[in-house]
Amino acid sequence: MIEKRGLADHPLVQLTRVRYREFFREPEAVFWVFVFPVLLAAGLGIAFRNRAPEQTAVGVVAPGDTTLVSALRQGEELDVLPMSEATAREALRTGDVALVISQGFEGGVEYRYDDTRPESRTARLLVDDALQRAEGRRDPVPVHDRLVRERGARYIDFLVPGLLGMNLMGSGIWGLGFAIVDARKKRLLKRLIATPMSRFQYLASFALSRLTLLFIEVGLLLGFAILAFGVPLRGSLPLLVVICLLSSLSFASLGLLIASRAQTMEGASGLMNLAMLPMWIFSGVFFSASRFPDAIQPLIQALPLTAVIDALRANILRGAGWQTVAPELAVILLWMGGSFLLALKLFRWR
Amino acid sequence: MRTNQQGVALQVRNLRKAYQDVVAVDGLDLEIYSGECFGLLGPNGAGKTTTIEICEGLNSPDAGEVLVLGRQWGQDDRALRELLGISLQETQFSEKLTVAETVQLFRSFYREGASPADVIAMVQLQEKAAARVGQLSGGQKQRLALACALVGNPELLFLDEPTTGLDPQSRRQLWDLIEGFKSDGRSILLTTHYMDEAERLCDRVAIVDHGRMIALGTPRELIARLRAEHVLEFALAGDHAFDEDPLRRIEGVCAADRRNGTFRLQVEELHRTMPALLQELRRQGAQLAELRTHSATLEDVFVSLTGRHLRDD
Repeated sequence: MIEKRGLADHPLVQLTRVRYREFFREPEAVFWVFVFPVLLAAGLGIAFRNRAPEQTAVGVVAPGDTTLVSALRQGEELDVLPMSEATAREALRTGDVALVISQGFEGGVEYRYDDTRPESRTARLLVDDALQRAEGRRDPVPVHDRLVRERGARYIDFLVPGLLGMNLMGSGIWGLGFAIVDARKKRLLKRLIATPMSRFQYLASFALSRLTLLFIEVGLLLGFAILAFGVPLRGSLPLLVVICLLSSLSFASLGLLIASRAQTMEGASGLMNLAMLPMWIFSGVFFSASRFPDAIQPLIQALPLTAVIDALRANILRGAGWQTVAPELAVILLWMGGSFLLALKLFRWR
Repeated sequence: MRTNQQGVALQVRNLRKAYQDVVAVDGLDLEIYSGECFGLLGPNGAGKTTTIEICEGLNSPDAGEVLVLGRQWGQDDRALRELLGISLQETQFSEKLTVAETVQLFRSFYREGASPADVIAMVQLQEKAAARVGQLSGGQKQRLALACALVGNPELLFLDEPTTGLDPQSRRQLWDLIEGFKSDGRSILLTTHYMDEAERLCDRVAIVDHGRMIALGTPRELIARLRAEHVLEFALAGDHAFDEDPLRRIEGVCAADRRNGTFRLQVEELHRTMPALLQELRRQGAQLAELRTHSATLEDVFVSLTGRHLRDD
């Protein structure tokens, strides 16, 4: 009954194939890992896209005075709306107009606006400029506008590395954590260690499958971002690959640590959310982590997701090299080694 | 790789294991000869699973010695595992894999073994080879567990309650498979709380209760030890007061007891005892509501030793 055996019969190959089968035969997992991040990027990219400069609406309360209106209509940036006093008051309150212009004392004009609204302050500058020029003002310093609309500085450019980091975290922690706790709960772990299977190979199969799935996961999201939104890839591709590989292994180690003792799915998912929630909030997925107070910055910088996202942004958006992202890579490696060693110490096979 | 063909496959001496407040195994000695099928028979909670898991190297004893195929756990466990086939209680294999994929995975862990297709055929799952594990019936899942235990061509097979929870037909099918494996000359340790399973499959049986062995022998020997070949049970109609002492004096009655209104006699020869019993009932003016007889089984051995049934249900 002895048969010839090839590479495909190697336990590591078999275990890794099991990982793929379990993943791809679970449509929900495929959706959350591959499709959802792309949908999220599409939705947020459309919502926060940069639009062509808009006209600012201003109200004019000047019964019988057409010179004021025509003076203001010289510029292209203003949408000038003549209106009655009552309508103007209402429009200002609801924000339909940014500013109301009416006749003031001694042939002058009065600007009515809310100085805490950036839009209103802009309107004040535009209106004043238009009125003064119409009356013959000449600027002492000649100026010339050159418009620069740069790719890489838009919100979608900022967002894509954040989503990428978040996705690496989610698939690493969930992918590993749930699979292991499920196997423990079903007593499959116990059955496996009753065979001559190498425990190291069992854990290595998770790392191997993560690394290959990673290329699909990252490729889909980045490919979509590049094609649909023109997000630039400024850094070196090998560095990007290394950042993604290390990040994924680091989160997988964290997932292993979280799953090292949990006996139930409920317990495991509670721990996973506990680990991930601070990172969703603080690590700068959707807005810059520097918005949080300086006092907690050291903690934020120590989170693995912060390091991952910072390294990804530096590489993708600013073309940073190996030396620039070295501190982030160090944080990622520390998390990887630390959680893996601790997980090995705590891990329960039964 | 066939070693230890003659002699002892598994030796357990003075095994002890306690959990927080329960003593699960309390000084157990076992010796399983090569090529025999040995059964640990006992009710739930008797310490059968703890014992078999210590023998499998999945649990560690508080005290005692375990020699598996002449080796101790903790020396070269991996080499020892190559020689063992194990089926645990309540293992659920991954539901998303097919039968063939599952067996192939387990095959990959062993250096030598049977081809997955052969093993799947051996447990009669050929038609389900491409089916997902999640779609199998309980009996089919147990046969898959057996296939995974057999795929490394084990010298010693551990089966922990292999037919618990199965319908009678699936149980009989599994018994046939295990008997086939026995005829290959390998050793088997199985635990069960079904006396019919132990009687049918086991060459020798150890009856355990509260972590101790209370009887050991072939099923035939154990039953013979009752001295009675038959068991006669009856119940009376109404609340008639009945004196059971005269029953013990009837010729051929080895033992008599009464539980929950049912009288139970262990009897050597039915045809001599029956008329005397009917006469005694008539003398006391009692009427029969029920009368049953059966050949003595391991269940009766357990009842006579402990006063309890193997299964409470």
